[in-house]
Amino acid sequence: MTAVQPQTDLITLTIDGFEVTVPKGTLVIRAAEQLGIQIPRFCDHPLLSPVGACRQCLVDIEINGRAFPKPQASCTIPVENGMVVKTQLTSEVAHKAQEGVMEFLLVNHPLDCPVCDKGGECPLQNQAMTSGRGESRFEGKKRTFEKPINISSQVLLDRERCILCARCTRFSKEIAGDPFIDMGERGALQQVAIYEKDPFDSYFSGNTVQICPVGALTGSAYRFRSRPFDLVSTPSVCEHCASGCSLRTDVRRNKTLRRLAGNDPEVNEEWNCDKGRWAFQYTMVKDRIATPLIRENGVLREASWPEAIAVAANGLQGKKAGVLVGGRATVEDSYAYAKFARATLGTNDIDFRSRPHSDEERDFLAAHVVGSKVRYSDIDTADHVVLVGFEPEEESPIVFLRIRKQVRKRALSVTAISPWQTRGFKKLQAKYIGVAPGAEGNALAQLSLTNQSVIVVGERLCESAGGLSAVAELARKSGAKIAWVPRRAGERGALEAGAIGNLLPGGRPISDAAARVDVAAAWSIESDSIPTSAGSDSKAIFAAAARGEIKALVIGGVDPFDMHAPDFAGLESAFVLSLELRPSAITERADVVLPVAAVTEKSGSFMSWEGRTRSFEQAVPETPHQSDLYILSLIAEALGKPLGFSTVRGAAKEFGTLANWDGARASFTSHPVANAAQGVTLASWRQLLDNGSLQVNEPNLAGTARKAVARINAQLAAKLGVANGDLVTISTDHGALSLNVELSDLVDDVVWLPRNAVASQSLRMLGVLNGAQVNIRKGL
Amino acid sequence: MSELEPKRAIDGAAEESIHIPIAGPASLFTQLKGFWVTFAAQFKKVTTVQYPEVKEPTAPRFHGRHQLNRHPDGLEKCIGCELCAWACPADAIYVEGADNSDEQRYSPGERYGKVYQINYLRCIFCGLCIEACPTRALTMTNEYELADDSRKKLIFEKEDLLAPLRSGMLQPPHPYYPGTDDQDYYHGRVTEAHPSQEQK
Ligand code: SF4
Ligand code: SF4
Ligand code: SF4
Ligand code: SF4
Ligand code: FES
Repeated sequence: MTAVQPQTDLITLTIDGFEVTVPKGTLVIRAAEQLGIQIPRFCDHPLLSPVGACRQCLVDIEINGRAFPKPQASCTIPVENGMVVKTQLTSEVAHKAQEGVMEFLLVNHPLDCPVCDKGGECPLQNQAMTSGRGESRFEGKKRTFEKPINISSQVLLDRERCILCARCTRFSKEIAGDPFIDMGERGALQQVAIYEKDPFDSYFSGNTVQICPVGALTGSAYRFRSRPFDLVSTPSVCEHCASGCSLRTDVRRNKTLRRLAGNDPEVNEEWNCDKGRWAFQYTMVKDRIATPLIRENGVLREASWPEAIAVAANGLQGKKAGVLVGGRATVEDSYAYAKFARATLGTNDIDFRSRPHSDEERDFLAAHVVGSKVRYSDIDTADHVVLVGFEPEEESPIVFLRIRKQVRKRALSVTAISPWQTRGFKKLQAKYIGVAPGAEGNALAQLSLTNQSVIVVGERLCESAGGLSAVAELARKSGAKIAWVPRRAGERGALEAGAIGNLLPGGRPISDAAARVDVAAAWSIESDSIPTSAGSDSKAIFAAAARGEIKALVIGGVDPFDMHAPDFAGLESAFVLSLELRPSAITERADVVLPVAAVTEKSGSFMSWEGRTRSFEQAVPETPHQSDLYILSLIAEALGKPLGFSTVRGAAKEFGTLANWDGARASFTSHPVANAAQGVTLASWRQLLDNGSLQVNEPNLAGTARKAVARINAQLAAKLGVANGDLVTISTDHGALSLNVELSDLVDDVVWLPRNAVASQSLRMLGVLNGAQVNIRKGL
Repeated sequence: MSELEPKRAIDGAAEESIHIPIAGPASLFTQLKGFWVTFAAQFKKVTTVQYPEVKEPTAPRFHGRHQLNRHPDGLEKCIGCELCAWACPADAIYVEGADNSDEQRYSPGERYGKVYQINYLRCIFCGLCIEACPTRALTMTNEYELADDSRKKLIFEKEDLLAPLRSGMLQPPHPYYPGTDDQDYYHGRVTEAHPSQEQK
């Protein structure tokens, strides 16, 4: 936050006899907070626009001796010079007014706290005690509604408890841009309502549950599960994407029961997305691997830790090995993998990219991403944001919210280069440049930016040859900043930790002799023991294993079906050591499987897409599992080349000494933009809620995933003779899949498919990437 | 700050010895008075009871083992609100709530107590849980014979605590009495089970 704070006029006023000076435009309720005076409130929220809906914050206000005739809502009135404010603490009138408002709010409130999920952490309960009358004078009949109604599969609405503060509706409209809930009816019948046919279809709906000041909005997953006093809360970091949200994990008796958005103004403010909030059952599923397994006569059998470590070490001893990290490891674990590959196995064949990738991307990461310090605040000050290969709402929701905030606040101009004008782009009021997949580079070359602009690049741009080169060229030309946003939470950390073939920790180019000496010295190994040439990437490692060149594989948390046409042959012939949570395509073929701790069961840190370190502590107190780095340290020990640390703290400390490199970055050679494929081409990416392995066992969450459809535009539909809802079949040499059509705003001759929806795993079923030619026909 | 803290001895040498004055042997008269008390007690009415052969009834409001009560048709009164667990100063109560549905109804209303445990190794029989219970689901019986030989046996589960089904009650889960809702239960308007409530 180096941005210079703009000079603001200051205003001095008196609250309850104390003078306070605050910037112009501050609301009275905020100014009172500066003095530690708490005015009761419900509808007021610092990140939402003021409405004055609940009237709980009434205070007595006088300006230059002239008093308002009635108490005023302090959450809507900005401070003024010479204002004299008397809150409930000093004014009997304000106190009585607040008691009166509370009595009115409770007239229709069911007061069913014993069965209410908010009970124990309810602002209405608390403020009824602090600012309400002891007894109610109301003897009539309360307004009743059906309790509760599902406004989506994961959000329940109990209209009886609603106090009509409009926090939820304002959030949906102002922050998320999904105005699927709004106030309906008037007067005593006013209620939060959903549109008849549209469910509350928002990726951010969980935030309304968190900010509802009563128990009117509750989550299905947490329904009746616990009370606040049962929970042990640990500040955590989300492991689901690279946005880097800070969360709070609430655990009851070793079981994670809920996660809430943490408050980090520099990153996620007070929000998060539904995936981060509600996808956590995967750590508690029944098929978690509990003990080490070793393969004997073709089947896996349980083994003790010492035995499994010995077998693993034996299998790796003296063999040419490759290491695949997966994109979900913490920084410390990635660092351990990176060091394990170099110092213990003596290879550079390591890659964290268990997804489609390219050499162009690897060079781009080494030259333009590692060590970069582009932050969320750069979006706040940007004059123009370009989105390329990236749909922020689906692929990094907090980046989406942050851009949207600036769009609303100061009409930030946004350009989206994409084959499909998505709802997310429309919500950002983005200038849409429709390009066929693969041709992003050409569109980038047309743009002119300034050094205040930010180019937000998604990981899938690497599928368009020349795309990243065009980004690099545009940035060079204009001085614009590059924000590379991967999907997985561990990728940026793994890049910095050197879990990639061409970089050592801290972004040191492997080809740089000084860098190798630096790292070897820190690791106390011979500097010539680090191979000098860049290692293979994930795909090449699999291929080399299939050819028998690589004879051992260490694989941590990789789903091979996330990759492009993975070659399984190597898994059969090579010795495979798998570090995993749950059975997978890798463990099925592995020789040794070692169970590892999930994120809630260990401490560590992730790096957000910005490269900001996001540390977290262990949330679940008792666990039999150990982090990857501890297990690697045992194996390294058994191989006679110890890692030199066995704790997260130890790894973090050592990485800290290597994290910065002030030598030269790797150089980057431009790749030309490939020629477009003929015929109908494929566009495909992952959506936020899909078939992801960290979303298992979450039926309520899955209920709000977008429906899997094949998207084409009217031109292609006419050519195929299909209408909305008709079945089409998309096929390649590899396979086929059939989906219903939804006519969308796409470029001509492109079909968009979800990459990993339950019904449409385009990568796995079709085996092709963005921009590839596919066949499409009507019907099955 | 250290001014306000009591001074603590750092090691044995710094401790002051405490002087307790001893007055010497009591006078003969005082001693005789003591013997008299003992002697006279032999002629008083005996209050010892030959437990366990003989069992005296407790005082009517004696705090004994808890009981989870039922509505007259057998539905459970407990709504799993955890207020008893919250009130318990000894942290002896563990409750997990769950959702009632029309097919699986254990109590009137939305919520019932799915897991209910009282740990009698911790319970101090203060009765604060009883006061906290909003539905009168939890009360105390006069039963005091709670000794047992393992920790496990002293953690009472919901089945151990639920009041027995009296005649006219049906084992939950079962639906509401026909034509009633939760309010009728709370206001005592359901007085018995109806044959149609029985679930196959
Ligand atoms: S919203 Fe608050 S006051 Fe209302 S029933 Fe729930 S806990 Fe009680
Ligand atoms: S549902 Fe909650 S947040 Fe929404 S208006 Fe009602 S009380 Fe406010
Ligand atoms: S935006 Fe990303 S980091 Fe934040 S909660 Fe959602 S998945 Fe997690
Ligand atoms: S016994 Fe009473 S206080 Fe305890 S959970 Fe049940 S209803 Fe609530
Ligand atoms: S907090 Fe001011 S009117 Fe609601």
